[in-house]
Amino acid sequence: MAESDILLEMRDISKSFPGVKALDHAQLTVHRGTVHALMGENGAGKSTLMKCLFGIYYKDEGSVLLEGKEVNFKSSKEAMENGVAMVHQELNQALKRSVMDNLWLGRYPLTGGIMVNEKKMLEDTNAIFEELKIDVDPHQKMSELPVSKRQMVEIAKAVSYNSKIIVFDEPTSSLTEQEVEHLFWIIDMLRDRGCGIIYISHKMAEILRISDEVTVMRDGQWIATRPAAELDNNALIKLMVGRELSNQFPPKTNKPGEVLLEVEGLTGQYNQLKDVSFTARKGEIVGLAGLDGSGRTETLESIFGIATRHSGTIKLEGKEVSNKNSRQSLKAGFALLTEERRATGIFGIRDIKDNTVISSLKRHLKHGVWLSESSMRKDTQWGIDTLKTKTPSQETKIRALSGGNQQKVIFARWLLTDPKVLLLDEPTRGIDVGAKYEIYQLIIDQANAGTTVVMVSSEMAELLGVCDRIIVMSGGRVAGEVNASTTTQEEILTLAAKYV
Amino acid sequence: MNNPVKSLRQTSERYKAMDGKDRRAFIVDTLLNNAIYIILIVFVIFTYTRNPNIISKSSIINIISLTASSLPMALGIGGCIVLTGTDLSAGRTVGLTAAISATLLQSLTTTNKFFTNLGEVPLLLVLLIALLVGGLVGLTNGFFVARFQLHPFIVTLATQLIVYGICLLYYMSHDNNGQSISGLSDTYKNAITGSVISKLTGGALVIPNYVIYAVIVLLIMWFIWNKTTFGKNMFAVGSNAEAANVSGVNVFFTTMMVHTLAGITYGYTGFIEAARIGSNTANTGLNYECDAIAACVIGGVSFVGGTGTIGGVVLGVFLLRIIFVGLNFLSVSGNMQYIIKGAIILLACSIDMRKYLTRK
Repeated sequence: MAESDILLEMRDISKSFPGVKALDHAQLTVHRGTVHALMGENGAGKSTLMKCLFGIYYKDEGSVLLEGKEVNFKSSKEAMENGVAMVHQELNQALKRSVMDNLWLGRYPLTGGIMVNEKKMLEDTNAIFEELKIDVDPHQKMSELPVSKRQMVEIAKAVSYNSKIIVFDEPTSSLTEQEVEHLFWIIDMLRDRGCGIIYISHKMAEILRISDEVTVMRDGQWIATRPAAELDNNALIKLMVGRELSNQFPPKTNKPGEVLLEVEGLTGQYNQLKDVSFTARKGEIVGLAGLDGSGRTETLESIFGIATRHSGTIKLEGKEVSNKNSRQSLKAGFALLTEERRATGIFGIRDIKDNTVISSLKRHLKHGVWLSESSMRKDTQWGIDTLKTKTPSQETKIRALSGGNQQKVIFARWLLTDPKVLLLDEPTRGIDVGAKYEIYQLIIDQANAGTTVVMVSSEMAELLGVCDRIIVMSGGRVAGEVNASTTTQEEILTLAAKYV
Repeated sequence: MNNPVKSLRQTSERYKAMDGKDRRAFIVDTLLNNAIYIILIVFVIFTYTRNPNIISKSSIINIISLTASSLPMALGIGGCIVLTGTDLSAGRTVGLTAAISATLLQSLTTTNKFFTNLGEVPLLLVLLIALLVGGLVGLTNGFFVARFQLHPFIVTLATQLIVYGICLLYYMSHDNNGQSISGLSDTYKNAITGSVISKLTGGALVIPNYVIYAVIVLLIMWFIWNKTTFGKNMFAVGSNAEAANVSGVNVFFTTMMVHTLAGITYGYTGFIEAARIGSNTANTGLNYECDAIAACVIGGVSFVGGTGTIGGVVLGVFLLRIIFVGLNFLSVSGNMQYIIKGAIILLACSIDMRKYLTRK
């Protein structure tokens, strides 16, 4: 491609944090009218690189050239005004305000310099939504929209700045298949218009499908930039991990025993669950598949007692357990790894040790009164060693770790409660390939040790690769059950659409 | 635990490895993070040059005594702040429990006795009643905060008014007509403001007994915060209540107990204050919560939630006291002191928040 086609060039960007070199001469070159995928494991420096572009971090070294001119954005607002926009993975929106307000926030069209011109705002909003085929009422309150629609609004916002460069950070993590198609259609349109798209994702199938070029980063360094057409899954993994991953999934060695968990007629008081029944055996890994909103998360939450049940019984080893709240469930031998790590998983401001021992404090009580420091340290160290958590010390605040390592800490928290039933909600969401393999191994190890695992995942390959049996949910009900070793993605998708 | 010598050596090694720009940033950071202590030292030295009496024995004992009198309450409120809450009812609860303690422990021979025919009441019983009343106010606060998810600011604003009303009615009852309560029994006064240490040291160190009690309260609170399940749960709830609930922490109970514990410290403070002041009115304890909250924040118990240490609270209370005493030594007017107090709180909070901002 010709030099003049270069829209954005980031040269030799370095950035250090105390004790860590987050970026080490990283580079990225985006051409006009292309989709450029940015890949790498968690902690490879993708987000840091983007934060340096948007002025959220100051880079220590290197230069950023936009259409040949050096730029140094001080804030994402400045970046947006210069045609560089980002659709964030974690949405930062004013939830109590309308869609329209959010779209034009910070740059309301004015009448007479003081009054907000609501009419023009509405017209402009409708024009953009029409162009992008987005079906959202501009007057609706943001909080009333599902996450996928909110994401669409965010994309519309990025487009509305007439951006030359749009960064998509894990845009499909909360989208359904159709919505992903819609997104790809929008991206194609933007590409045809001559925009440069930076696409950050862990999903390799998506990347190979949508992107023109792929840049891979590892440990803050630039590893390679290749045309997507020359790459396949294995080549990508090899570049990302720096070694050949012969298999994405560890060998399945667990042997299911007799029935341990029986769930009968689970119906939610405040959610859509209706008459959900299934069983799971000792040492078995049961998957819960389904579309967003099909009730997978709610099923786990109802079993664990943090979502109120209207009716239904849960039996463990033939005996009914009440599981009315998390305390009772914990005592009965249940553990729940939640989907939203930051909202319901970590205690960001506390250290690794506090985060690890919080659910198993009873183990450390001496004479029923005080907590033994040495015993807590021992358990924490066990967690760090067993799960190979990368952390400078036990006293490190958990929020300083990468997503995958945070997940390992929470995993350790639950393993220390010696659960009989491990409920996992999207256990590998936002985790890099290498760490994913470790988490799979961990799940299989747990099953080998006789734990029953019930696991929700939106990644079909993951369910097929790790589970013994998959229960497909649809519209709050169980639509069917399939054997993981003989089923196909098509069969699961058909079942998932049964009650929609 | 961190070894101070080792960590100092590590810091110095890190410093040597830095270039000029990093070194400057490091020095500025270190100075700002310790600004409160630097200001304190400069302030004490300055005050000393103007009035050397601030570093006299009696002045130091005075500062320690004042610190001891307001510490327990600050420790109680500290827990509420760890939960990202606050407690505005503290001062009025001190007022009510002080009134109860004083009326129950008036000397038998005093004129204008509140409970005319009341005989001698055991001290410990009165202490227990004060703790119970304080705890009850705290329990009420905690219940509304935990059950209805109301902001503690609103709940304690309401209970503050209710408690004050009860306190006023109490002072009006028994034909007292709102007069101050004094004429406390000697056993009571001796137990609180007397000095066992003075006797032991032959009058060399006249440290009042309530300093010893404050140290005991301090140790108990340190134990609760650092060594118990309840303490760990408190920090977990303050840091992320949702995650705490999923992790099997009883968020409702923990919130209730933190407020109840806070209430108990106000009850304790009321019991001590009644004897320390000697003559109590409905305005005893007024605005005590302001100093206590300020001390916590200065000591690094952040409104961000989930962080704070007992040591920090002690330092915060001590620092605030030393500055007030110092200002008196400098003959700064009371009106001016309010302005300085406000400025210190703003400064301390700004420096504290600096630590939690995302660094760029």
